[in-house]
Formats: sequence, structure tokens, C-alpha cells
Amino acid sequence: MAQADAGGIPTASEHEPRRKLVTADGTPLKRALQRAERRRVLAAFGLVAPLLIFLLTVFIFPIGQMMWRSVDNPQVVNALPNTLQALRGWDGQDVPGEAVFAALHADYMADQDRPRREQAMGPLGIRLNYELSAARGAISRTGRNVDTFEAPFREAFLDAHRLWGDPALWRVIQREGRPLTAAYYVAALDREYDADGNIVQRDENRRIYVSLYGRTLALSLGITFLTFLLGFPIAYYMSILPMRQANLLMICVLLPFWTSLLVRTTAWIVLLQQQGVINTLLVSVGIIGDDGRLSLIYNMTGTIIAMTHILLPFMVLPLYSVMRTIPPSYMRAAKSLGATPTTAFRRVYFPQTLPGIGAGAVLVFIISIGYYITPALVGGQSGRMISNEIARHMQQSLNWGLAAALGTMLLVGVLILYWAYNKLVGADTLKLG
Amino acid sequence: MFDVRDDAGFVRFDRVQKSYDGVSLVVKDLNLDIARGEFMTMLGPSGSGKTTCLMMLAGFETATSGDILLGGKPINNIPPHKRGIGMVFQNYALFPHMTVGENLAFPLEVRGMGKSEREAKVKRALDMVQMGAFAGRRPAQLSGGQQQRIALSRALVFEPELVLMDEPLGALDKNLRERMQYEIKHIHENLGVTVVYVTHDQTEALTMSDKVAVFDDGRIQQLAPPDVLYEEPENAFVAGFIGENNTLRGRVTRIDGDICTVRLDDGGAEVQALRVNVEGEGARTTLSLRPERVRIAAPEEEVDNAFDAKVAELIYLGDHIRVRVKVAGNDEFIVKVPNSAKGRRVSVGDALRLGWATQDCRALDPS
Repeated sequence: MAQADAGGIPTASEHEPRRKLVTADGTPLKRALQRAERRRVLAAFGLVAPLLIFLLTVFIFPIGQMMWRSVDNPQVVNALPNTLQALRGWDGQDVPGEAVFAALHADYMADQDRPRREQAMGPLGIRLNYELSAARGAISRTGRNVDTFEAPFREAFLDAHRLWGDPALWRVIQREGRPLTAAYYVAALDREYDADGNIVQRDENRRIYVSLYGRTLALSLGITFLTFLLGFPIAYYMSILPMRQANLLMICVLLPFWTSLLVRTTAWIVLLQQQGVINTLLVSVGIIGDDGRLSLIYNMTGTIIAMTHILLPFMVLPLYSVMRTIPPSYMRAAKSLGATPTTAFRRVYFPQTLPGIGAGAVLVFIISIGYYITPALVGGQSGRMISNEIARHMQQSLNWGLAAALGTMLLVGVLILYWAYNKLVGADTLKLG
Repeated sequence: MFDVRDDAGFVRFDRVQKSYDGVSLVVKDLNLDIARGEFMTMLGPSGSGKTTCLMMLAGFETATSGDILLGGKPINNIPPHKRGIGMVFQNYALFPHMTVGENLAFPLEVRGMGKSEREAKVKRALDMVQMGAFAGRRPAQLSGGQQQRIALSRALVFEPELVLMDEPLGALDKNLRERMQYEIKHIHENLGVTVVYVTHDQTEALTMSDKVAVFDDGRIQQLAPPDVLYEEPENAFVAGFIGENNTLRGRVTRIDGDICTVRLDDGGAEVQALRVNVEGEGARTTLSLRPERVRIAAPEEEVDNAFDAKVAELIYLGDHIRVRVKVAGNDEFIVKVPNSAKGRRVSVGDALRLGWATQDCRALDPS
């Protein structure tokens, strides 16, 4: 039998050597299949392409831009090419010599020859001012009559503005005379360069961002926990109600989504302010005295109350969708096996809601860590979060580099937390709907 | 807890009623005794109240009135987790976040049992259902039949004296279901545990049970061992629900001891039948006749009841042939003809002479 198998029955390849499979019109089957496969891939790409292009232009590209801006540093290189060359080998201790000032003069003259829109001294002044206040004034004041300077330039510049005689300015120019900088990140971490170029912590009263990151983190965690505390019972209740009543409750939960931000904010102000509904009620009932009215808005309390309200649906929805799928028979089984209702809940029901809790917590946390508008409206000073500081640098101080650095750190922080969540719990257990 | 000597009434439903909405009764005046060690099946169509009875016994529903006794003690006010009753659920209800071993250890753990004792019992319970190698798996990694075994062993691991099963085999395919039926039956025999089993599958009920309670409309229609249930149904519902059944309707014209004479509605022919559930002469009745008790008689053969019939349809089933005939106005009348070598071949359109013994034709209540 084995003999027959081995030699008796010819296999297809022996019988018809190298005969190719072809389609009806004679094309080799392999090529036809490849062509069909290519068409399928193209069609799939065509379906995805609009969204992909949209995301690239409005999401990926701007985020890349932001990250680039946090290290991009062209101002000094553009404005002072000759000066930077002359500064090479400077010891960083005393005011540089004549050669450097001559180069500086040459840079000024070259800049004045450029068309007005390409002039680099204005941006240079702004850039240097981030590192050293009054630098902008020195640059622009000197620029006004630099064309009258004559050699020796060192004296002329020192006469024009006293800052030219400060080695600190020259250290900044030397340090920032590179196309990429870490200075924005140094500033975003409440640090600065000392005279020797070491990174040191700022004076206590000038530290802002690290504590603000800490507060943002604490607020976000607190709000996440509050939404969990408030959301879990209602989600559980909805999951055991008949569909109709559950939907009605769901509408109540979703109501914050459907009211305009301004209406909502006005309502909070009416309710929470010192002469507002809640305070007046507490005073009239006698729980607090008239002089002991609570500050519930324009501080951290206001931020917490408002954000918990807005973000509650993000906790309730995933919780509800997970709880809905847990059949009541699990609890019954646990009880029939001898577990008290509390034990049954703790050991059997609660663990099964964890994917929902995880999804809700990740959603609420990530949204709240970057929340901007509500803290800005009801947060006052103590309820501000890091995003408000980013917005301030975007819109008021116009220090986009610092805003970008702060934003990038926020993004990286969220990614690290997500990574940690994935390691600890596993992102594939998330159930978002 | 179960120290009562009266083993016959180990579980007792005493005039139990249940209403969900306060208007209609789902369970009506239920009286039922289940003996210790008995395999009792509650059989009935959906909505007949059987599952409600089981849930009341487990403690997940409360009886509206009446008492449920376990080992002689009323348990109406004992919460489910203190009843010590094992239960197998329809969807198994294995905890998905625990391994098989943890699932089985759960009832022992909540009873405060030590680790080594727990492990020994879990191992024994898993070995009992030949699942010893699966302790580390999650329920989702098991097939339906394997999950079923785990659910069974979990309900038994804490050694309850009473185990409830709520359609436990409903989700399995036919072959597996049949195998599991035998397995459950053998486990019951080996452990001597009392089982209350709910199903709507009559084959399952007949295969496994010591006694079957047929439920309909919130009442027990008949409580009997499987063979009695099949061969001696007491009313038309049971006759129709258990096994295949031919019915003929008519009016009782004469009663003579156990035998009554019934004039059929259609055609007016008279039939001799066994009096089972007939009020008296002149009452309407339903005659019940099992298809395998009807014979195709030779023309000159002497039989109790003989009818002419016309073959309407033949269905070949291998070991026998189902012949659908028209008899006395009923064209849904089925005769089972064994597929034996000497058996007569019939074909559609043939005129036959059918006959059956008077004892096999039971006069029941009109339905």
C-alpha cells in the first residue's frame, strides 16, 4: 500500500509538469488574484482616506507642530549669525571683546537691509525677553540708532544700553544660539539656568507649573472618584430597571450634554454664589450663619462641582453598558452558594463591573486633565488647571514655545498614565459601549 | 438542619400560591411532597409555574401564601444564602472572572473552610465530573458541556442535601444533552442527593426522574413516575403533553364498570374505552390513544375496536414508519408501524382496517 502511494499514483506536478493555473481568458491565476487583492486594498483605502486626511490635517499635523514648536528655536540663529560665530570660544565670564561687537553691528546692519517683514531683530527681542527681562528693550532701543555707530563698536553698544555690558545677556545669546532648545521645558518645570549654565530650581515664589500639574492631577483624580461614587449606584439602578424607565433615567443623566455651556454656567452661578440659592437655603435653615456663607464658586470647589456634573455621563455610560450585560443569575448563584448579599456583591458583581469602571475612569480622567473652559469660568484662582495656563500663554503672553512645552508634557503625562493603566489592568478590558 | 425522620416529606409545598401582580395567580394551591433522595422533575410548558416554584424553593421568590418546608421546617423567611440548597442555572452562571477552581472554592470559602480542606473538596468535585484537569481554566475557555459539568459540580461541592436544576441542559446540542442526562442521573444515584429538576423537555423528564410533576396553568396536573405518566395519563393535558397521542372526541353513552362506551362526534361510531376521567353518562370526553398501540388488523381479525382508515401520508423514520391516516373525521391520526421484515407495506391512498385494545384507549376529561 505504501509502495503504491509512493510510486504508483503520480502526483499532479509529475503528471503535468509546471503547468500554470490560468483564468478563463488566459491570464495566470496568480496574477489575476494579486490584481483583485490590490483592487480590494485600494477600495479599503479609499473608504478610510477621507477620515485619514482629515485627521492628518486637523489632528496629527497640529500636534506634531506643537511638539516641534516646544523645541524650535530659530530666532537667535536667524538674527545674529556673525555674532554667534564670533562668540565661539568665549569663556562666558566677562563681557566679550570688540570682535563680537563688530559682528553684532554687522548683524544689525544686515537685518536693516532686509525687507521689513523678514527682519529678525523683533523676534529676537521677544525670544531673549523670555530668558532675560529687559532684553527686548535693549535690542529694540539699540536698533534705533545702530546705523550711526562707528568703531570701536564695543563702547558704542555699551553706551546705547547697559544690558550689553551684562554677561548674562551674552550667556543667553550663546546658549540659545542653536536651532533647537530645551529652554521651554526648563521653564515649564519651574527651573532656570544659573550663571554657570546649570539647571536649577526657580525661587519659590516664581514656581507655578509643577504645583499646577500636581493640582490638575489631584483634581482630575478627585473628579474621577466623585463621578464613580455618584455614577455607580445610578448605573446599577438603571441596569436593573426595565428598558423604558432606564432610558428615561438615562436622559436625566445625559442632560448636561444637552444644555449650552453658558446656560449651565449661569445656573451654577445662581446656585452656588455667596448670595445664591444653596447658601441662602443653608442660612435660612440655620445650618450656617449669615457671616459663614460658603464659597462654592470661583474656587476649587466650583471647579470640582461643575466638572463632576459635566463628566458624570462619561462614567455612567460605560458602567451602565457593562452592568446591563451582567445577568442577575450571577448574584443568585452566589447567594445560592451561601454568600451573603454583601459578599455576593463584593466578590461576584463588583469584579465584573471593573471593565466599565476602568473605561469610565480613563475617559473622565483624560478629559478632565485637559479641561479648560469650566475651570476658566467657575474656577477662580484656586480652581485653575494646567490647561488654563497653556491657554494664557497661547492668547495673552504669546509665548507659544512655553505653551507647546506645557501641552507636550500634558500629552506625554496622559500617555504614560494610559501606558501604566494598560500594564496594570489591560486596555483590552475597556468597554466603552 | 435536616434531622427530621419524615423522609417522605423532605421538601413540602403546603397550599402554596404565588402572584406577581396581585391579580392573577401564577401558582395555584400547590401541594407537593418530595422524598429525601428523590429525583423530582417539574415538567411543563413555559408559563406553567414550574420555574416560579423552583425559585420559591431556592428563596429568590417569596410565596404569596402557604408554606414551603425543608426537612420539616418552614423556610419562607430564610434568605437564599442560608438555605444551603445547591442550584444549577440555565446559563450555568459560572463567575467569569474566576477560574474553574475558584468558582468551586467559592461556596466553601464563604463558609469559612480552610484552604487544604477546600482544595481537597474542589478536587473531588471536579473528579466527579471528569474535569480534574481544568481547575486553572476560565469558564469562557470551556465548551458548553464542560461549563455544564462545572456548574453541576459547583452546586454539589458544598454537599447540599437538595440540589435544584433550572433547565440545565437547555443550551446543549442533542447528543451532549443525552449524555449529560445520564451523567446527572448517575451522580444523583451515587450521591443520594435530592434533586428538583425543572424542564420543558418531556424526554429529559422521562429519562431522568423518579417522579414527574406535570405543570400547567399554575397547577400540578399529574404527579407520577415516568412510566405511569406515559401509560396512564389522568387527563387530556398530560396525555397530549407527554409523548405522541391520538385524540378522538365524543360523548359517553354508557358506563359499565371500568369500561365506557363513547359515541364519536364525527360519524357517530361507538368506541369502547377505559374509564379514567369521566364524570358520568352523557358527559363529553376526549379519548387518548398512543400511536404504537394502534395496529393494522387483518380483515377477519377479532379486535376490541375496529375502524376503517385511509392512508394520507407516510413518513419514513428508519426503525418505524409513521402513517398518518384519516379515521372518524380525524385526519391527524398517527399509527406507528414497525419496520419489520414481515410487516405489511402500506402506501398512500390504501384503505386499512385499524384496531386497538379497549385498555389502551383512555377516556379523559374533555379539553
